[in-house]
Amino acid sequence: MAELRAYAALAGGQLRSVVSYRASFVVEMVTNLGSTALDVLTVLVLFSTTNAVAGFTLPEAILIAALSSCAFTLADFAVGNIDRLKTYVRAGTMDAVLVRPLSAMGQLLLMDLPFRKLLRLAVSASVLVVALVVNDLDWTPARVALLVVTPVAGAVFFGSIFVLSASLAFWWVDSGDLGSAFTYGGRDFTSYPVPVYSGWFRAVFAYALGFGFVAYQPALALLGRADPLGLPAWAGYVTPLVAVVAAAAAAAMWRAGIRQYRSTGS
Amino acid sequence: MDRLDARVLTISPSSPFRESVTTFGALAWSGFRRYATYRQATIAGSFTNVVFGFLRCYVLLAVAAAVAGGRPGGYDATQLATYVWVGQGLLSVVALWGWTELADRIRTGDVAADLLRPVPPVTSYLAADLGRAGHGMLTRFGPPLVVGLIFFPLYVPARWYTVPLFAVSVVLAVVASFACRFLVNATAYWLHDARGPIMLWMLSAGVLAGLYFPLRLLPDWLTVTLWVATPFPGLLQTPLDVLVERDGPALQVALVALQAVHCAVLLAVCAAVQRRAERKLVVQGG
Repeated sequence: MAELRAYAALAGGQLRSVVSYRASFVVEMVTNLGSTALDVLTVLVLFSTTNAVAGFTLPEAILIAALSSCAFTLADFAVGNIDRLKTYVRAGTMDAVLVRPLSAMGQLLLMDLPFRKLLRLAVSASVLVVALVVNDLDWTPARVALLVVTPVAGAVFFGSIFVLSASLAFWWVDSGDLGSAFTYGGRDFTSYPVPVYSGWFRAVFAYALGFGFVAYQPALALLGRADPLGLPAWAGYVTPLVAVVAAAAAAAMWRAGIRQYRSTGS
Repeated sequence: MDRLDARVLTISPSSPFRESVTTFGALAWSGFRRYATYRQATIAGSFTNVVFGFLRCYVLLAVAAAVAGGRPGGYDATQLATYVWVGQGLLSVVALWGWTELADRIRTGDVAADLLRPVPPVTSYLAADLGRAGHGMLTRFGPPLVVGLIFFPLYVPARWYTVPLFAVSVVLAVVASFACRFLVNATAYWLHDARGPIMLWMLSAGVLAGLYFPLRLLPDWLTVTLWVATPFPGLLQTPLDVLVERDGPALQVALVALQAVHCAVLLAVCAAVQRRAERKLVVQGG
């Protein structure tokens, strides 16, 4: 109970600090909303140049982009701020986090809870609703369940990617924006149908790293389309499994990183 | 004691032009060296540029393959690939994102030290930024271009003056990008916390400069409006269009001239804003 109160105090402090610069906070909130809308707009611009890109029509592409966006915004809201870890490791401020009797992860997340990102969730959810309306979907109980589970599983997956790429800072302080290649890069990858990509790049991102299962495969299952790349229909339903594997990897790496942390100084 | 005064030592009192060039050069060199210290971050950044290069390149090539005639926005496949890979290289030269130094110094009050210096803040920050861009050109421009060359057929310019014109266009893009960032940061003089305006800038700069998709994919009226009324396309899209020879020779040169006009206006606005701010600034802190 005392622990919960401590977490609540951390979050409350955050909230007070962001609303004390009210004009900036409002602008930040609006830009966050805009950035999510912009990702969808990019898909819209690219797919409206022609009838179908890589065999996918605009409504189908919107569904994939919406599923990806829901998963990403959810993960970014919950754990996206972990990417500030490299700043804490470099400056040694991580020490202060570790000496407190609360979980390091919990504190880091609540030390900078991104209230400004709240509206993003609303944007991606409404895009998903639009995508479900413009696509002619044949609803079955399995598909309804899939629709509910996919964004959550995708968010767990993206959250794991956030933690994995942030933990890199424990070993490589100057990793700079290397992590964005997988977090934001992963978001961009999952926003488009996988057949758009090709060669080893597709093999690595879609299958080895698992990004193909965040939005593309579930979208195929929802649409009742066969995968042009030949994966069986059940591949649309394995997202939770992929997410669990990713989360386990992230947890292991995070623990190893915390043990590895030696503070700073010369 | 009566010989002491508060004037700053001048480098060569007899020739003021040489003096200002030397000062500007020294500031630019310091900007260069500052970024040269982060070698590992340079490698990490290049890796990220390369990943995004693959992502954007595949998407645009898929669009090109699907469009009848294979020329979305008037680019063929090699032009699009070049657009993406050179664009990823230019991104860190032009540095659309991530400069909050001035805003931070205003918030903490450190900016007072800048005002004490004998060089106007706009000039000294511009010099340092050109040094940073020079470092970016040497280290960050090459890797995405090389990877692009290995994995995709790229466009080779046909006109002899395209590459020199591209170089001029890049310099103008860097100056325009600096001026925009300076103005965005300078809002901190009035707002104290410029995070909001900086985010707004990051958001609009990426899409309006043509990073996410070439602006020519938009309807013509919108493209022309953006190009003439805003400096954004001049930050990235213009140098890239110049390099891939998207337009005829006349328009190619005219686009760079337009960049120059935007640069001049932006720098004048920067100077004016800085003057207003200096009259109003109350340094915070005790």
